[in-house]
Amino acid sequence: MKVRILVSFKDSVLDPQGQTVKNALHTLGYGFIKDVRQGKVFEIDLKDIPRAELEKAVPEFADKVLANPIIEKFSWQIIGE
Amino acid sequence: MKFGVVVFPGSNCDFDTFYVLKDVVGQPTTYLWHKDHDLKGVDCVVLPGGFSYGDYLRSGAIARFSPLMQEVGEFAEKGGLVLGICNGFQVLLELGLLPGAMLRNKNLKFLCQFVHIRVENEKTRFTHKGKKGQVLKMPIAHFDGNYYAAPEVLKEIETNKEVVFRYVDEKGRLNEAANVNGSLNCVAGLVNKRGNVMGMMPHPERASEALLGSADGLVIFNSMKEMHDR
Repeated sequence: MKVRILVSFKDSVLDPQGQTVKNALHTLGYGFIKDVRQGKVFEIDLKDIPRAELEKAVPEFADKVLANPIIEKFSWQIIGE
Repeated sequence: MKFGVVVFPGSNCDFDTFYVLKDVVGQPTTYLWHKDHDLKGVDCVVLPGGFSYGDYLRSGAIARFSPLMQEVGEFAEKGGLVLGICNGFQVLLELGLLPGAMLRNKNLKFLCQFVHIRVENEKTRFTHKGKKGQVLKMPIAHFDGNYYAAPEVLKEIETNKEVVFRYVDEKGRLNEAANVNGSLNCVAGLVNKRGNVMGMMPHPERASEALLGSADGLVIFNSMKEMHDR
């Protein structure tokens, strides 16, 4: 089973890297881009475990390790069997 | 005062810190291996600068799960003295021993330069040899030193005088240019509420001999040493 976890800065936190990417895109003529937020993607391969266990474990380790809840938020989805 | 310098894979200021504590400050000092569960009876734990675990994931994020950090957490809980320098500060933030987090520097550059910091709180176990408003010169070397805390947390640490050092210009004035990494409230160093855990981004161990450009870092190490002698 595979899950994909997206970690990005909370809306309240400035993202200087995202800002720089946005400025670069503007320079290239993509002026319609309003905002860019940069984040991290984790694709994690897991043993088959019951759905309930998965739904408990993923947010748990995402919060404990993958994201720093002071500045970051995460979302996740199952991407494959 | 017996000091212990923690060594993580990727630490690179451990030898400098050890040298300054032992040979310049003249205190018994030992290395503490991150995989051990033994603080070897030290009175103070120093988490040195460097790039523990290659800064993978986030600076300090993996090191906080090192076996020894469990002991360091318990040691701090009991009132033991803990100093985190640069990457060590980042580890203390990840561990939750100090509030807030580090973001990438505002100009997205790795900054390696001398800076000036001002002593904001001279009543701590780390700064009592200094004076309030004293300007110290020491180097920084980091990519992620842009201090962030939620507004309510920031308010609380200011009220409790937990901000120990702020980035200033050489005359001790706060301004945007001097706040090189973009830290909120120009925070360069923080102490916890209880006053036994301090983190700072500048490197006092690289500023402990006049020959190397500054000996201002000794204010910190001598404060820590003398507190114990009393």
